[in-house]
Amino acid sequence: MKRHLISAADLTHDDAVLVLDTAVQLAAIADRPVKKLPTLRGRTVVNLFFEDSTRTRISFEAAAKRLSADVINFAAKGSSVSKGESLKDTALTLEAMGADAVVLRHGASGAPYQLANSGWISSVVINAGDGTHEHPTQALLDALTMRRHLKDDVGDLAGLRVAIVGDVLHSRVARSNVLLLNTLGATPILVAPPTLLPVGVETWAAQTSYDLDAVLPSVDVVMMLRVQSERMNAAFFPSQAEYSRRYGLDARRADLLPEHAIVMHPGPMNRGVEISADVADSRRSVIVEQVANGVAARMAVLYLLLGGSEPPASTEESA
Amino acid sequence: MSERPESGGSAGEGVAATDEMRVVMTSDDVRRALSRIAHEIDERTKGADVALVGIASRGVPLARRLAERLGDIQGREVPVGELDITLHRDDLRLKPARPLLPTRVPAGGIDGATVVLVDDVLFSGRTVRAALDALSELGRPRAVQLAVLVDRGHRELPIRADYVGKNLPTSLRETVRVHVQEADGADAVYLGHEPGAAPITTDESSQS
Repeated sequence: MKRHLISAADLTHDDAVLVLDTAVQLAAIADRPVKKLPTLRGRTVVNLFFEDSTRTRISFEAAAKRLSADVINFAAKGSSVSKGESLKDTALTLEAMGADAVVLRHGASGAPYQLANSGWISSVVINAGDGTHEHPTQALLDALTMRRHLKDDVGDLAGLRVAIVGDVLHSRVARSNVLLLNTLGATPILVAPPTLLPVGVETWAAQTSYDLDAVLPSVDVVMMLRVQSERMNAAFFPSQAEYSRRYGLDARRADLLPEHAIVMHPGPMNRGVEISADVADSRRSVIVEQVANGVAARMAVLYLLLGGSEPPASTEESA
Repeated sequence: MSERPESGGSAGEGVAATDEMRVVMTSDDVRRALSRIAHEIDERTKGADVALVGIASRGVPLARRLAERLGDIQGREVPVGELDITLHRDDLRLKPARPLLPTRVPAGGIDGATVVLVDDVLFSGRTVRAALDALSELGRPRAVQLAVLVDRGHRELPIRADYVGKNLPTSLRETVRVHVQEADGADAVYLGHEPGAAPITTDESSQS
């Protein structure tokens, strides 16, 4: 296993299954009277967030605290960063404070890679979302959720068909999921209007479609992506109502799904846009469970990268 | 301290010991020792609310078998659980991160019960120390006792076993390996020198 987690592609098949298996064991402590383990006692985890993301930050914070790590939250707003400090100087500051791991959320794609490979810091770097690039721990928690519901919590995701629907263009969640789903043997199907598929999507290891109704009857998982209006500086579709009519998941569309299929959403949801309220609250929806699995998946990543003298050895070469 | 699979490497190797390892307990010896320990637990706990908890990995099958025998003696179902102590180890940072094994609380929980921890080998006592910590996070037992198949001495902590299958005098240069039917195909205990074994220490991580 690599020392940093920058991309879902950093994980081999065996690494990914190990993270999921570890997450399953760590999830069990949520049911215990004492929800804390001494494993990372004395280690410092810095949550370095240059973009607002309350849910990802508190998920990492809960994960680190359950493993007894000391957590320092560094939000860019109101900090030295807003006074013009560079990523490098921020990194040197964290290094001087003795951070063992930096969980980085940044608006620029590639910022975690630069932080990990620049030599500025010696700590482990975990990507918590960079620009429109990747969000590997989201892909891990999604895989954990799929495996629990469709694979009895063991092995990989071989044979599953997963529709990823909506704003693929701006979605780091989609990119990480496509990589990890392929690693784990599943087939991702990207469903979006042509304007919301990235240039070069034909080179991705994923099927694409513009027609949601045609895809739904043959999938095991449908993952709805949020329409990221804050990243949309051009007109990608005529109106929200039209988007919702073509690509929104409502009760009629949910009925097209096979009986066993689950509905996922990385959150935060725009109810009434990409997903209707009744589907979001339906029996098929595992959206709340994704949040709980997020803490377990992040605990697993923190334990495997920080718990020992080094990450566990890989048994196969990284893809 | 017991020989963990990652250090002992005994899993999956069958019963074939190397030339330098000799058998110190046969499968019959193991069977008799477990039967005796089951009777001792019955006698010493006097029908109290007993639960057996095996320390992963080799302690788990031993705990299951003890629970079965104790159940036969007492005519009741004896709850059995398993405990993975990896996250409580004091040598966690000396080696690469290790995969976790399941922890299962015995049916009915451990609050107020007399918990008998079960492991294969008692050595430095560090595994048992970690197990006591791990156990306290699962509940508050009325009492905790310790049963081991082999006590090889060389304690580094003030810990002793309540039930011992065999006291085995060893030198620190020697390695004790426990094979169990469930994981290795047959029961046996071996003593000897690992080929290419590391220099003397009681730290199990050096025994790989």
